[in-house]
Amino acid sequence: MSGALRIFIADDEAPARARLKELLSDIRGEIASTVVGESASGLEVIDRLPGSAAQVLLLDIQMPGMDGVELARHLCALENAPAIIFVTAHDRHAVEAFELNALDYLMKPVRAERLAAALRKVLATGPAPRERLERAAGGAREFFSVAERNRIVLVPVGEVLFLKAELKYVTLRTRAGEHLIEEPLVSIEREFAERFVRVHRNCLVARAAIRGFERIAGSGEEEAHWNVVLEGTPERLPVSRRLWPAVKGVLPEGRE
Amino acid sequence: MPSIRQNPFPESLPDFRNLGVTARALIGVNLLALVATLFSEPDWSNTLGAYVIKAALFEPPLVASLALLYAVAPWLLRFPYWSGCALVIAVVLVFSVATHLVLGEFAPAGLLRTLVLAASTAATVLAYLRLHTKAYSPALAEARLQALQARIRPHFLFNSLNAVLALIRHDPRRAERTLEDLADLFRALMSDGRNLVRLADEISLIERYAAIEQLRLGERLRMSWDLDNAPMDAMLPALVLQPLLENAIYHGVEPGTGVGDVLVRIERRGNRVLVRIENPWCEPVSGARAGNHMALDNIRERLMLFFDDEARLESGVEGARYRVEIEIPYRGRA
Repeated sequence: MSGALRIFIADDEAPARARLKELLSDIRGEIASTVVGESASGLEVIDRLPGSAAQVLLLDIQMPGMDGVELARHLCALENAPAIIFVTAHDRHAVEAFELNALDYLMKPVRAERLAAALRKVLATGPAPRERLERAAGGAREFFSVAERNRIVLVPVGEVLFLKAELKYVTLRTRAGEHLIEEPLVSIEREFAERFVRVHRNCLVARAAIRGFERIAGSGEEEAHWNVVLEGTPERLPVSRRLWPAVKGVLPEGRE
Repeated sequence: MPSIRQNPFPESLPDFRNLGVTARALIGVNLLALVATLFSEPDWSNTLGAYVIKAALFEPPLVASLALLYAVAPWLLRFPYWSGCALVIAVVLVFSVATHLVLGEFAPAGLLRTLVLAASTAATVLAYLRLHTKAYSPALAEARLQALQARIRPHFLFNSLNAVLALIRHDPRRAERTLEDLADLFRALMSDGRNLVRLADEISLIERYAAIEQLRLGERLRMSWDLDNAPMDAMLPALVLQPLLENAIYHGVEPGTGVGDVLVRIERRGNRVLVRIENPWCEPVSGARAGNHMALDNIRERLMLFFDDEARLESGVEGARYRVEIEIPYRGRA
């Protein structure tokens, strides 16, 4: 079953979506396609795309709700992640990043021949690897994402109190609960250096959530050390001796 | 097409109705008097007293001259530059003679000396104002260039063209209208930013601009216009309103997922024109849509070039709304 190419269109401007559909029908002779979904905002794409079994996402990078490149990063955790072709009217920085990382993109107004060429290309090469998307991103993400079979759960970065690495996973802790993500702690530390501070080999803590530190006297096996006291959770996290000098500076009035 | 370097220096008298010009004349003359006093009084303690006595003599003709010049400013501007200067000096001399006749007994010098002093002071102030205008005249020429840069994001151009392309097959008439609007918009963009334009023209321009944005954004953009009390014959620098409306839509409507209300209100209050543009306040996302302040600074600068201290531009967040307010002097077409 070859079937028509399943395409999802994401653009916040209705005329732009209409135009892409027109072009897709113009090139039908060359590449048969069917539009399986349309969205006008980034969060809507996260909601609807996983169920649509789309093979290709035509993604406008300037959409309300979420930046297009970040959206692409969340989507690539899906089991059957679609190949993504970015569409932009004019964004020099984004275009430079796409070129540099060999990501596919189209400039608005889109030409039929270019659209056909881009579709042929992604059919041959498949979705771009996650690392290239990460390198193309302009800045830190606003969400962590947890892929659950056919669904993506977004956790706003601002809600995370701390992250703890355990074996293969990293546990995200928010006021509301816990999530597991598959990302190395080191790269999270690098991406969000302003927001999180490392308190232990396996633990990053949101600077804004730190309320203070408490001294734990040594007893038997356990060495004397400091614990971080966080807002929003009764959990106490040990600060490693090596990192203590750097951590205690986070709170200006950081005593006890 | 004249290049930027060869811009002709506008040979015109200072605008004596401009607060900035009046202030500069007042401060300039007083400073001259202060320096003169410092020269003539060897003793620090007497300086202030001597200055006050001098002030009593030169302040009346100074203020009277400025008042008369304010009154006859439009008429004065019809004269060529040098004749205009001569008239200004003549006005100063007449008031100096009058003052001398009344207060002559307190004057340290005779009438002739007073007149020489008055004439040279007036000439000095005129020369200073001429230099001041000259210093700003390249800026005025560059205002055109700046205006070009401040306006219209490429983002808007390409998205609009894309929207027109989407219309051509289903609604050719609307496509035609939109292209006509785009043409008018770009004609205005490429015109000379050094000129003042009628408010009526500027309003019709931003209405065309809003029509294009409406096509792109559909129901997400809800425009309200409050123009009933707008003085259509008021003059203002070209392309001041369009970038403000563009900002309102770019920062206030496009990043949001819901409906964005944008208000444009223009009214006349006495001899002032007030413009207010409001849009929903969206928290700026990590630098993605920066550059708002550049446009505002640019417009503020251009307003200052045309109206000096008499123009005001303020912006800020009020609750969930962002607003920009401009106030300029009302000047009907001369």
